[in-house]
Amino acid sequence: MSAPEQTVVSVEGVTKTFAHGNVTALQGIDLSLAPREFVSLIGPSGCGKSTLLRVIGDLLEPTAGRVTINGKSAREARSDGDYGIVFQDAVLFDWRTVAKNIALPLEMLGWDRQRRKERVAAMLDLVELNGFADHHPWQLSGGMQQRVAIARALAFEPALMLMDEPFGALDEMTRERLNLELLSIWEQTENTVVFVTHSIAEAVFLSTRVVVMSPRPGRIAGAIEIDLPYPRTVETREDARFFELVTRVRELLRLRGEHLLPEEEAALE
Amino acid sequence: MALLGFWELYRWIWTTTGWTWPFVVDDTSMPHIWTIGHAFFQPTQVNQPLLITILLHKMAFTAKEAAAGFAIGALVGFGLGVLLVHSRLLQRGLLPYIVGSQTVPILAIAPMVVVWINPKLPTGLQGWGAVAVIAAYLTFFPVAINTLRGLQSADPRALELMRAYAASRWSILWKLRVPAALPYVFSAFRLAATASVVGAIIGELPSSIQDGLGGAIINFNQYYTFEPQELWATNIAAAVLGIAFFLVVVAAERAVVRRAPENVA
Amino acid sequence: MTAKALLARAAQWLPALVVAAVVIGLWQGLIVAFHVQQFLLPRPSAIATTFWSDRHELWPAGWYTFKEALGGFAIGSGLGILAATLVGRFKTVGTALMPVFIAANAVPIVAFAPIADAWFNPFSPHSKMAIAAVLCFLPVMVNTLRGLQSSSPRQIELMRSYAASELTIWRRVRVPTALPFVFTALKIASVLAMIGAIVGEYFGGATSALGVLINSDAQIFQFTTAWAGILTASLLGIGLYLAVAVAERGVVRWAPRAQGS
Repeated sequence: MSAPEQTVVSVEGVTKTFAHGNVTALQGIDLSLAPREFVSLIGPSGCGKSTLLRVIGDLLEPTAGRVTINGKSAREARSDGDYGIVFQDAVLFDWRTVAKNIALPLEMLGWDRQRRKERVAAMLDLVELNGFADHHPWQLSGGMQQRVAIARALAFEPALMLMDEPFGALDEMTRERLNLELLSIWEQTENTVVFVTHSIAEAVFLSTRVVVMSPRPGRIAGAIEIDLPYPRTVETREDARFFELVTRVRELLRLRGEHLLPEEEAALE
Repeated sequence: MALLGFWELYRWIWTTTGWTWPFVVDDTSMPHIWTIGHAFFQPTQVNQPLLITILLHKMAFTAKEAAAGFAIGALVGFGLGVLLVHSRLLQRGLLPYIVGSQTVPILAIAPMVVVWINPKLPTGLQGWGAVAVIAAYLTFFPVAINTLRGLQSADPRALELMRAYAASRWSILWKLRVPAALPYVFSAFRLAATASVVGAIIGELPSSIQDGLGGAIINFNQYYTFEPQELWATNIAAAVLGIAFFLVVVAAERAVVRRAPENVA
Repeated sequence: MTAKALLARAAQWLPALVVAAVVIGLWQGLIVAFHVQQFLLPRPSAIATTFWSDRHELWPAGWYTFKEALGGFAIGSGLGILAATLVGRFKTVGTALMPVFIAANAVPIVAFAPIADAWFNPFSPHSKMAIAAVLCFLPVMVNTLRGLQSSSPRQIELMRSYAASELTIWRRVRVPTALPFVFTALKIASVLAMIGAIVGEYFGGATSALGVLINSDAQIFQFTTAWAGILTASLLGIGLYLAVAVAERGVVRWAPRAQGS
């Protein structure tokens, strides 16, 4: 997907250092996402994938480089509510009911009560949690909590979704079911997704493109287009092409993920 | 240092402006810092030792009561915690009263406790022994509650592991529950350290024991209008004793609990 | 609440009631059986009788002291919450002052009761309120501050993603997170307030105050009356504690009901 005519996210030359410049989390990252793309960031821990996600969301400021979202600066995009975010933990507010948790971003955007109510009902429908509106988070299972978090992120129909290992803490069966749910939601809502994960199968199954990152310092090692047709189903996971793509991602990770090639290491010094 | 400066500044503002709210500021209500400091090194009466010498003796006496009270209270509290963690029935039966016990104004019972317990004590313990019991009464509560919470905080998976080893209740207690409870217990000890000093002072007040800080407070309170700095000096001694007890517990905690006590209330 | 749930609640309290019955029964029985001197430890029945027969003196005295405690509780807790809010707002001030607060917490405040009497008129309720307030202030302030500081960083990050202002984050994340901490402190303070008022009265106070009454009764070996006074004080202390606990249930509605507490 080279040179898209229209970009949702554009990351140009982003570098991020921590601890007074002693740790380089990201170095020279370039990435751009076209509308309706579903891009997974994958890599070993410490490769800076979560950091990159936060830089895109303007939750962290890059040390160098620029992030543009829908043609605006990341800061403006955040103020305009251009994206929804989901973390590894559901990050629900214990003191709010399920319905009120989903309504939180709508309150921040100043929606009136009636409109909020309608949207919350629609969202509960979407994530199949009807009947749980008045429950408190502690009464839900981990998978249900994560679905509430997704509903909350989607509630105000952001054109962009940022997801930081949203299913990382769930068991394999729940994770696969939520993968399918997420895809069907994505197909309905037509938004663009940046998805951080450490599961190769999950990345290949969900994405239109998988971006592999390498650690210390965090860099993009390569990208693989996933040409599996949508809608993807349970059978997709048994497709020969699926295995082929999984293997390609795995090889790229093994080659570039764990350690830099010696000549690259030399080039960095 | 900032506190001392604030004291003098407050004094200065209130005396120069003549404000009387919330109370009248003068040499009696708020003596100068240096007056209080000077008082330490003056005899209280002619041919008497210096105030600081008297106060140090009284501090030592109150410290003895508080330490004994702390020891008794900590043992009883820990024992109660161990007992309660093993029986839901006892928990339901006793816990409300353990909490309720703290609403009893101990100062009000102190004279009765002293009259009641004192004759039963051996001569060496008479007087201060009864006060130690009152200090223990204030000490056991936080220790019992936190020991119980700490023993319950043991990782359920670790408990299952111990059961898989067919460990006895006794070894589960000492090898798992007690180590898990230590940070909680020490955080209770910190509260209890202060409580034991409070208990010792309160216990002395109505029991006509003159050798400790409580006795000194009553004594100097009677001369407050003439010599306010002496009561202030006594209170500073009490504060120093309280903080010293607290610091001893903190030091012991540093030595015993090597882990980071995370979010332990 | 269904009948079944009510029954379950009753069963939870049953052991406590049994213990009360056994203890009071033994107390009464042993005193009668072994002829313990009445003046030291009166029979529970005698205390209860006095509690009722002296009600015209005891109850107004209790109410008088209770008002002092309540005033001190309100002032001390209010200032504690206010101070924690201010300190929480300015982090550097907070970290600089923390050792001072911790040291102050280790000071036996009761020793300052006679000074409060000297500052205010010992016969006015204000001196007792001052002691109760000082006793309440520190635990409330320390716990509130801890509560305000224990917000989840993720929740704050989420609010930032909505471009929420600091004030909004404070109102929607920090305050709700702090509330359970505040109520824990208020429960502690409710007990301390009553004790503070009574300790204050020990160094002198209006003759219509409960602490003065208990003290003078004890000095003339009227122990039955003194115990009845102690019973009054305890009941009022428990009452204030329960009032705070009920308020907590009303405000902190989201928490799972802790068992047995």
